Amino acid sequence: MIDIALKIALACVALAMLLNLWSLLKGPTAPDRILALDTMVINAIAFIMLFGIFADTTVFFEAALLMAMVGFVSTVAYTKFLLRGDIVE
Amino acid sequence: MTTLLDALVAFLIVLGGAFALIGSWGLARLPSLMTRLHGPTKATTLGVGGILLASMAWFPLHSQEWSSHELLITLFLFLSAPISANMIAKAYIHRRFRRCSAPEDVETELPAPPGEGTDWATFGSSKFDDTRTGRP
Repeated sequence: MIDIALKIALACVALAMLLNLWSLLKGPTAPDRILALDTMVINAIAFIMLFGIFADTTVFFEAALLMAMVGFVSTVAYTKFLLRGDIVE
Repeated sequence: MTTLLDALVAFLIVLGGAFALIGSWGLARLPSLMTRLHGPTKATTLGVGGILLASMAWFPLHSQEWSSHELLITLFLFLSAPISANMIAKAYIHRRFRRCSAPEDVETELPAPPGEGTDWATFGSSKFDDTRTGRP
């Protein structure tokens, strides 16, 4: 039962990442692209967690935690650069 | 009992995947950025929360011990998602404001650093209209 659920969810998240890639390519302005990248990072975290359950190991948790932190910091850095023209003032 | 818990974990996993897909579909489909922000900030965060809940319930069930990593990831994601959405909306509003005031060189122009005395990336400065203290 878990196997089928994991396969369905992995397919859903993979499709979601493809949709994110499309809206990253399409997005007319820079904030659209930042939003698409941010969503892509969140979907990647979901994918990593699902793959950790699938492979029955806990070593991927650190990767997910790192991706959460790096994704948030990079989103804030991108938007701050758009807002102020500078990141570290 | 274990079957019931397995069914719960499977349900949470499918729910999480479905919500992640719905959020990304909204991001791809909705017309403008302010509406597009709704999908990732609500649906995708909820989907990741469901998957993390499932992981938190699944690993103690199957001979692994409980770890606090999922709780940390959940906490961090749920704290950081509104902040990043707010920053993206702010960047969008400021760029649109500049486009209204100066229609040419929209994509290439970046704002100059405002320097001292201005508030942090908003239109007004709270230093000059602080209603709580009443100072000018």
